[in-house]
Amino acid sequence: MSQASSAPLVEVDDLCVRFVGPDATVSAVNGVSFALAPGEVLGILGESGSGKSVTLRALMRLLPHRKTRMDGRITIAGHDILRLDAQALARVRGPVVAMVFQEPMTALDPVFTIGQQIAEAIRTHESIDGVAARRRALELLELVQIPSAARRLDAYPHQLSGGLRQRAMIAIALACRPSVLLADEPTTALDATVQIQILLLLRTLQRELGMAMIFVTHDLGVAAEVSHRVAVMYAGRFVETGHVNDVVKRPSHPYTQGLLGSTVHGVAKGTKLSTIPGAPPNLARLPEGCSFAPRCGYAQQACRVAVPAQVEEGGTSGVPHLTRCVRVQASSAACGTTVPTTA
Amino acid sequence: MTAAAPHILSVQRLQKYFPVRSGLLGRASAWVQAVDDVSFEIAAGETLGVVGESGCGKSTTGRLLMRLIEPDAGQIRFEGKLVGRDLKVSDLRRSMQMVFQDSYASLNPRLAVADSIAFGPQTHGMPRERAIGRARELLGMVGLEPSQFERRYPHELSGGQRQRVNFARALALDPKLIILDEAVSALDKSVEAQVLNLLVELKKNLGLTYLFISHDLNVVQYVSDRVLVMYLGKVAEVGPVDAIYGAPQHPYTRALLDSRPSMDPEIRVEHPPLTGDPPNPINPPSGCRFRTRCPHAEAVCQTQEPDLRPAHGAPGHLVACHMRRAGSGHSQAAPLVRFGDREPSR
Repeated sequence: MSQASSAPLVEVDDLCVRFVGPDATVSAVNGVSFALAPGEVLGILGESGSGKSVTLRALMRLLPHRKTRMDGRITIAGHDILRLDAQALARVRGPVVAMVFQEPMTALDPVFTIGQQIAEAIRTHESIDGVAARRRALELLELVQIPSAARRLDAYPHQLSGGLRQRAMIAIALACRPSVLLADEPTTALDATVQIQILLLLRTLQRELGMAMIFVTHDLGVAAEVSHRVAVMYAGRFVETGHVNDVVKRPSHPYTQGLLGSTVHGVAKGTKLSTIPGAPPNLARLPEGCSFAPRCGYAQQACRVAVPAQVEEGGTSGVPHLTRCVRVQASSAACGTTVPTTA
Repeated sequence: MTAAAPHILSVQRLQKYFPVRSGLLGRASAWVQAVDDVSFEIAAGETLGVVGESGCGKSTTGRLLMRLIEPDAGQIRFEGKLVGRDLKVSDLRRSMQMVFQDSYASLNPRLAVADSIAFGPQTHGMPRERAIGRARELLGMVGLEPSQFERRYPHELSGGQRQRVNFARALALDPKLIILDEAVSALDKSVEAQVLNLLVELKKNLGLTYLFISHDLNVVQYVSDRVLVMYLGKVAEVGPVDAIYGAPQHPYTRALLDSRPSMDPEIRVEHPPLTGDPPNPINPPSGCRFRTRCPHAEAVCQTQEPDLRPAHGAPGHLVACHMRRAGSGHSQAAPLVRFGDREPSR
């Protein structure tokens, strides 16, 4: 909020995250760069093991610091996140950047009431008394549309339903009015009718409070529902980024195309689903070059030599459409949008 | 096998209440009405999809059918034979198998994949050598090269591969009906598509019947011939897949379908179709269990429980809603036409 509206609020430059174990080093994030403007929503779409949650956690330095090696640069609202000491980091978490997790039952403390947990978050960062903090907590519960909020203030997490628990967690994340909200699959554990309520709540809050948001999901439909911009992640890299319309309707990367093709949505019964053959690579032994090449129907020699550079082809509303694929480079004039036919 | 039986499985008035115990003596202080008066049939060769939110009783229904838990009441007939009287549970389990969501938890971590698959047939009296040979054959059938996979252990496989092993194991006894309880839900999208293709192929080649339990409406639409919608232990609506998705009659089914993200960033969902969470199945609402979240609820919905009746339109389409029953007393229901309340269609 302290930033001028044109400057990016979040800047990530060549972020690499590796987990060092006794047997192997797992390269979870391999050179991710992006910028996020104030009030913008970036959806990170990927399958399990793609590094989407690790990227998000790196932004708040929530990864176990003993086994984690992080390289590159993360700047959020002028703070150089990877170089902050513990105290400075604590001051950033909350008022600058906050997170909503997938599983509210494990993210909330079972022995404190919702009201106490929200008040604690506020009083950690602001010098206000308990009464004022409780009043703020009540406002927050109303903000996240919890019915009979005054009563729920004294409820313990186990007394709330899944949807209300997730709303309470959003309230805690918003307690210190963060400029960036990170959401890690916040609706995945919820039922269909509740999932859409939480999605719309997050979308509304983001708009009304003018927050920037990074929303991690494996669900294309969910990403399309909330994001301005979408980044598709595979084996720790952004393989395609662009305006949500470009990525969902005119995907360029064979992986994105395959992901869209294998999504069961209105596919006629009896037609065989198009699939991506094989499985994602082992992150301890990444292939040279493009990580998707072993599963790609279009793979050629060039794919196995070096990681393809990001190529820009058009874009929508000033958001460039970037793809890491040799084919896009080669056919940028013809702009090939053929659907892959993988067996 | 009685050729006269039109349905491979027929379930009548199935009921299961779980006690909620509390206090020193562990007396049941309340009951979770997990499955309450559920009836349906599955025709041989079809796929019946079961959808609903958590706590609606869809998984309990699957477990009751397999007799992994004992029903409190109700009759299950398999190929016309009453389970427990005409058909022993152990024989039922040979013809009916189940695949679960958690592919890792459902395999013995100490057994190599081929041994896991051969375990069932061996228990039923097949010599080990033949059982292992059969396991190799089954591995090939589910798309895992036997020489490469038979000696592997569950932790050495990916989620999709493990689920394929679970299919192979379910197929080991040549079952006729397979209950798939969220069997593809834990898989990544690209793997899910591969496994769904496999399921469709196996069904066609082996002449199987599926009961496909899932919370994913898109997947259920893709695989099912008929769909059963459950809410808080009751059947809300059942019918042919096109009727359920194209012309849903129950307000809950409609809300469930409208809750799906559109997949099109230009046509976003603007208002949530329902507010709140599904209520607790302990002490569910009186009358129609959906009434507390239903935008059309009226007095009659509170006092009277709607029963499943034929809906207008597609044959075999049944719905439990007062709005769809002539003369029910709901303002949106058609007035009573004749003195009976038999529906004119069908």
